[in-house]
Amino acid sequence: MEATRESEPTPMKNRTKVERKSERELVVTRTFDGPARLVFEAWTRAELFKQWWVPKSMGMSLLSCEMDVRVGGGYRLVFDLGDSKSMAFFGRYLEVAPHSRLVWTNDEGGDDGPVTTVTFEEKAGKTLLVMHELHPSKEALDAAGTGAAEAMVETFGQLDELLVALGTSMGRP
Amino acid sequence: MVQSPQARLDDSFAALSDATRRGVLEQLGRSDASITQLADKFHMTLTGMKKHVGVLEEAGLVTTEKVGRVRTCKLGPRRLEEETAWLEKYRQLWDARFDELEKIVDELKRKERFDGSD
Repeated sequence: MEATRESEPTPMKNRTKVERKSERELVVTRTFDGPARLVFEAWTRAELFKQWWVPKSMGMSLLSCEMDVRVGGGYRLVFDLGDSKSMAFFGRYLEVAPHSRLVWTNDEGGDDGPVTTVTFEEKAGKTLLVMHELHPSKEALDAAGTGAAEAMVETFGQLDELLVALGTSMGRP
Repeated sequence: MVQSPQARLDDSFAALSDATRRGVLEQLGRSDASITQLADKFHMTLTGMKKHVGVLEEAGLVTTEKVGRVRTCKLGPRRLEEETAWLEKYRQLWDARFDELEKIVDELKRKERFDGSD
């Protein structure tokens, strides 16, 4: 008898895909069970945005989050890094198409920041979200990736075990 | 001179920028293969496939060994791990974020249903 098997929920692993499309581009995709206008709302209303942008596992928190979501409008996120240190991320919106597309700059790093494009594509009540980062150079993306990876090492203590599984994950389509 | 981690990443990413080479890595992830088998699989000439394998080998993503007249290719494990580690960590961050975003979207949906009885 294997009565327990049926009742086990199927874990949805790897629902978030990250792909390096080219030397300068990184693409993150995920499908959400909800209409595009709600997903868009969660990206454009500060009080909603700050509830998900800094997950607990990051070990950081947001001190402030300001967003003026219109073409030419700015945003500013200030992270609390602990030990009374903070870090600000800011930029401005280049395109705002309600419920379908957002484009913004990342200006905290000077001219080396990427331009981020997020598209929301609704189909049968679900929304395919595609986040595309275009970096000014290959070196900028390498640095951003390495930097992010290093930051994650500090904050994601449990990630080490993940590395063990990495060799096999690459081989799968 | 030992190659710096950064330079190794550069080579890896350059090698991975080509769809055929990514396909070859996927294929080798399933099983080792000869250059001839890979050429057949990807509908290429032997010379073309040799070039691709050469780039992957240069980046340390693949190793090859010639036994008799057959050159067998297999994954070069160490650098592949470094390469995927970088992206996997990035993916972890976005996965955690999007799990939270999913909750917000669910909440908004519930609210809408509740308010939507007008």
